[in-house]
Amino acid sequence: MIAFGQFLEVLVSGLLAGVLYSLVALGFVLIFKASGVFNFAQGAMVLLAGLALVRSLDFMVAKGLPFWAAIVIALLFAAVVMAITAWMVERFVLGPLINQDGLTLFMSTIGVTFMIEGGAQMLFGSDVYPLRLFPSDAWFLFEGSFPGGILVSKIDVWGGLIAAVLVVGLALFFQKTKTGRALRAVADDHAAAQSVGISLNWIWFIVWLVAGLVALVAATVWGTKLGVQFSITFLALKALPVLIIGGFTSVPGAIVGGLIVGAGEKLAEAYLGPFIGGGIEYWFAYVLALVVLMARPQGLFGERIIERI
Amino acid sequence: MFYRETGQFKTSYAADMQIFPIRQDRIALWVLLAVAFIGIPLLNAFHIWPFGNEYMLRAILIPFLILSLAAIGLNILTGYCGQLSLGSGAFMAIGAYSAYKFGTGVHIPFGLFDLSIPPLPMLPSILLGALMSAVVGILFGIPSLRIKGLYLAVATLAAQFFFDWVFIRVKWFTNYNSSGSVSAPDLNFFGFVVNAPIERYLLCLIFVAIFALLAKNLVRGNIGRQWMATRDMDIAAELMGIRPLYAKLSAFAISSFIMGVAGALWAFVYLGAWEPLAFSIDRSFQILFMVIIGGLGSILGSFLGAAFILVLPILLDQVPHALGVPISVETVSLLVFIVTGALICWLLIVEPRGFARLWSTGKEKLRLWPYPY
Repeated sequence: MIAFGQFLEVLVSGLLAGVLYSLVALGFVLIFKASGVFNFAQGAMVLLAGLALVRSLDFMVAKGLPFWAAIVIALLFAAVVMAITAWMVERFVLGPLINQDGLTLFMSTIGVTFMIEGGAQMLFGSDVYPLRLFPSDAWFLFEGSFPGGILVSKIDVWGGLIAAVLVVGLALFFQKTKTGRALRAVADDHAAAQSVGISLNWIWFIVWLVAGLVALVAATVWGTKLGVQFSITFLALKALPVLIIGGFTSVPGAIVGGLIVGAGEKLAEAYLGPFIGGGIEYWFAYVLALVVLMARPQGLFGERIIERI
Repeated sequence: MFYRETGQFKTSYAADMQIFPIRQDRIALWVLLAVAFIGIPLLNAFHIWPFGNEYMLRAILIPFLILSLAAIGLNILTGYCGQLSLGSGAFMAIGAYSAYKFGTGVHIPFGLFDLSIPPLPMLPSILLGALMSAVVGILFGIPSLRIKGLYLAVATLAAQFFFDWVFIRVKWFTNYNSSGSVSAPDLNFFGFVVNAPIERYLLCLIFVAIFALLAKNLVRGNIGRQWMATRDMDIAAELMGIRPLYAKLSAFAISSFIMGVAGALWAFVYLGAWEPLAFSIDRSFQILFMVIIGGLGSILGSFLGAAFILVLPILLDQVPHALGVPISVETVSLLVFIVTGALICWLLIVEPRGFARLWSTGKEKLRLWPYPY
């Protein structure tokens, strides 16, 4: 029973950590679906959102505002920062690059990454800033069934809840609103969408804004977990295998991919790690992605790749 | 007016097929080589600015040469064969660590019988190290037969992260050094120990010149054409009788070989003592930037891109000093980030095909000058 309890604990913590990967991967999927841009800057956007949030929060708490008011204002401020970023990216980088091939756009988002990373740290400072939005202790579940119970971190549960709300919200936004319909139209075919009077520039701004807000949500959770710091940008890289496994174009894929990667790497670390030297987490997700790619090049949920000459 | 091929008649196939068909280009190349091989060592010997001090050689010229070589390697894969790779750092690392193992003696305990290779001389160890890199390159190139584009890029990321981990965790590669850092053995080439910066520079220059020539000839020949056909449209290429297996895997092998050489040089000649961090994902991105900024599918572009990406931060670092503006080191490094990012975006907007395209447009203009057409 001990072994099974431990297995469950590892599995649950892995799944919940996976939800957090999904949060970052979601931002990628949104932008890729709507504009075909593989947005490398998502990790940097998480950093920017987190820094804007935590710095304005600290500032207002220091000024003596009540904590709830400070949180609301800080969230609004961070959202405005993300909106400005989205507008600038659309206006100055992606707008002029319309009709370039995917690689060029991908490169340009790496350039954007550098600018956001530099700019965010220059504006808001480059230390580690602790963010305390959610309780950081843990629950012990099923203490009756397993000796010691199963340890579940509260932040991870919060992260899971927030991710669920976010996915439902995004699904509603995509399915029920006029803008959401326009977004889906653009994702299907740029030219056709344009010909029925949908403004590409506006849609792209919206997409980047939504991705920025998703980054903000990811930042609140990751920031509470790790503190807001530069290393948060490496999340972007962890989200890549998640995307591969789920498929670039699928929102549910991003969630499922995140869960698979999270659970897989925690389990591998716990059960394979001792045999081959530990630290497998570092590469496990990528090798998993590689294996998935060999079997199913478009990812688990991706659209079938059809090639024509 | 000066740059025109009028009157230069080709009387043989050899003359028609040469790398630089225009005489002015050939003269320019020989001048450049003369400056690189003779001029710079002379300037250095007599301490004449700007090559008189070690800084110029150590901090700019040597890394420039080595990274150009790595960029040529990646350009063969990404620029000529169209396979996007984010794992250049890993292949450089494999070259470096394998060369290190060959240079200090390989010992693999197999239980009953031990496989031992005595320490090899420098040149064979570098080349064998690069060969190991090529073998691993082929292994990680196999997915390219099924996937392409950004998906493949993530597959190569797997190589990057896996080998980062291997060289940190598997102590065998670092000869059980407790700190995990490794110092290169003496750079002994046929009895001549390369040590002074100028000697190191010349060593890199020889390697780069040879491999650039080899690469240039490869991409002009049969195999290069197969790569380019695969890049432009792989299915069409396959229908025309190009074997994708052979074309793609050969590109992976040759590209990793060159990157392996570059990695070994980077570790042995430039760094001297290094940690796995020297070949992290940042290095991969740096080289990818060089290739894209310089121009995909151009050997010259690899050099231009390497120069730009390498020199830009150094220049940006110097500007505030030169202007006498007091800015903290940290702010400068952040500014470098912002400006590099902005310049990359700007270059992509202005000329998505990179410096190589600017260069050829310039040459085209020069041929007509001073007439408009």
